[in-house]
Amino acid sequence: MTGRIKTEGNRDALRRSMVFLSFVLLLIAAAVWNIRSGSVNISLKETLEILSGHGDSESTAYNVIWKIRLPRIMLSAILGGALSLSGFLIQTFFRNPVAGPFVLGISSGAKMFLAIATIAVSGLFADMPVSAAVAASFAGSVMSMLVVILFTGKVRSMSSLLVIGMMISYICSAVTDLLINFANDSDIVNLTHWSMGSFSAASWQSVRISALIIIPAFFAVLASSKQMEAYSLGEGYAGSLGVDTGRLRVLLVLLTGVLSASVAAFAGPVSFVGIAVPHICRMLLKTEKPILMIPATFLCGAVFCMLCDLAARMLFSPTELSISTVTSAVGAPIVIWLMLTRRNRNGS
Amino acid sequence: MAPDRDLTGLMIGTEDLTVGYNGVPLISDIAMSAARGEIITLIGPNGSGKTTILKTIARQLAPIAGTVMIEGRDIRALSGKQVATQMAVVLTERIRPDLMTCYEFVSAGRYPYTGSFGLLTDKDREVVSAALELVNASEISERYVSEISDGQYQRLLIARAVCQEPEIIVLDEPTSFLDIKHKKELLEILSGMSKTKGVSVIMSLHEIDLAERISDRIVCVKGDRIAAYGTPDEIFTGSTIPDLYGIDSGSYDALLGKLELSAPEGRMRCFVIGGNGTGIPFYRELQKKGIPFAAGILMPNDIDVSVASPLAGKLICTDLFMPADDALRHEAEELIDTMDIVAVCGCPEGEYNRVNGELERYARSAGKTIVRSLEELREELA
Repeated sequence: MTGRIKTEGNRDALRRSMVFLSFVLLLIAAAVWNIRSGSVNISLKETLEILSGHGDSESTAYNVIWKIRLPRIMLSAILGGALSLSGFLIQTFFRNPVAGPFVLGISSGAKMFLAIATIAVSGLFADMPVSAAVAASFAGSVMSMLVVILFTGKVRSMSSLLVIGMMISYICSAVTDLLINFANDSDIVNLTHWSMGSFSAASWQSVRISALIIIPAFFAVLASSKQMEAYSLGEGYAGSLGVDTGRLRVLLVLLTGVLSASVAAFAGPVSFVGIAVPHICRMLLKTEKPILMIPATFLCGAVFCMLCDLAARMLFSPTELSISTVTSAVGAPIVIWLMLTRRNRNGS
Repeated sequence: MAPDRDLTGLMIGTEDLTVGYNGVPLISDIAMSAARGEIITLIGPNGSGKTTILKTIARQLAPIAGTVMIEGRDIRALSGKQVATQMAVVLTERIRPDLMTCYEFVSAGRYPYTGSFGLLTDKDREVVSAALELVNASEISERYVSEISDGQYQRLLIARAVCQEPEIIVLDEPTSFLDIKHKKELLEILSGMSKTKGVSVIMSLHEIDLAERISDRIVCVKGDRIAAYGTPDEIFTGSTIPDLYGIDSGSYDALLGKLELSAPEGRMRCFVIGGNGTGIPFYRELQKKGIPFAAGILMPNDIDVSVASPLAGKLICTDLFMPADDALRHEAEELIDTMDIVAVCGCPEGEYNRVNGELERYARSAGKTIVRSLEELREELA
């Protein structure tokens, strides 16, 4: 009996290692493919030379790789990972498989602040700097998140929290729409551009800042994986195991908020990655264990966003698509397919 | 109410406990206790507060007043982890995660013992395997929790609690959703754990008959108070149970723990001559058809009496271990005169029930319709 359990366990372990290994290989492949693709075509040999620091630092290729492509790859990987991870947190938290990271009103809060910044304040500046836009949307996301946290301790059920998040979202949208009524056309263009999402504003500075926020958040999530697993078996049960569920709730909302706020600030409300990637990982790993799902969703999200960004840049080059166009178009069919294959497995 | 015994030496007990939600007291003066290996069962009507009490004992609700003590120490003074290593909780919160194997589900019970990342050691695996073995769930250990039956799931909940290696298990209606076979198995597992491992069990049950058989102590919870607390023989006597549930005391048999539906009302149409259990299907059939009836002549300790007594409009009994005298026979004959049908159930005749043969002959000579089987009775009633 125990022997049989052991072989099954080994088979699972093998499957899981294979999944992680393929994620890492895909990450490298996506990075290489991404770095070579673009309006300027750079050979693999030259790419390697430039990356190892041997290239001519005055050449166009050198500048394209170091100043444009590399930061963009890094940013799409980090933000893609963060977005997927926050999606996983939200789905665990609400026990709702279609919840995404922006259900807490985070992207709407960001958009509202951005609207306030571009429409109400931009009159003061000639042209709003990128950093100000980033700061505004981050502040907006955090504000929405804080409001949700305020309610987290007060409501009994998680579903009421979901409703509160959605209502905050509507309120922020209403304020945004109100502001748009009084806006110049050029401001609205900026806002629309933001709401479609893009990694095009990537710079080393944005990579640094987002990494500084996201990497600690990632480890904080990993550190609470044991509590999350207990929590997924019921709040009351987790409490009986000694989990401080009140604290865990706030921590989870806080981490989800920080992760998705970073995405909203640096790339806009990138849709669907947060919903699709956790599902893909679940199906591949055949488990919900947070300790495995947390690194898996982060890696898979990074790969997913790098590939989607590549598609966004290259499909209709030189016209660049918004990232959400690609993520939705690719992500939605994947989720439908996964749901169908899962139904079959349960039915048989 | 002060505790019935000194709580310091006991596994778990409550003292002047008041429970309720949001500061509003629901039930006050709760005092109960379990020594090592004892089983305490809470019974009472739906919504009477059994779950509230269990949640308070399990530390999921703060007491409004009083204390819950584990081994003589206030539970609120203990850390979450300390409590988790002593007490396992199986409440009605039933969540079946997708993509989680039964093994993983049960191993969650090791939570208080594993390190910061929850990885299982060999010792943990042994405990998990033993727990699965205990509830006969080893063969489903690699299946997903979302795919198994309610009975199997209920057993997993017990295995998960066992993994916690607790000294106390708190369960809220563990037998709901189970068929009788699985109810029996589950209670035998609990009773086995209390006897062999000395685990104290506090649970609520809807099945009062099972509660009587398994418990060392019974707590009767009645909405606003504890109606009674004591050993099963103290509780299952007199009108304690009917009073607790607010049912007619005639329809509940405290001795046999048996509940009957109410007797049909109106003019009695059938006289049933039974005995030794032969009359029982006739009484039940008449009750189901809603036809009032009389029964006799039985000895008061006949098994028929336990059903006839709550269901019959009139029951004629002899004195204990005495044959019927003429007065009793006369009373029965007069009763038969008013009936349309006489059912003769086929109880063998002996020294003490000869009178029933005489009654049958009387009925025939009086021109009553005689039925001898359920089929004939049904035909006659149709």
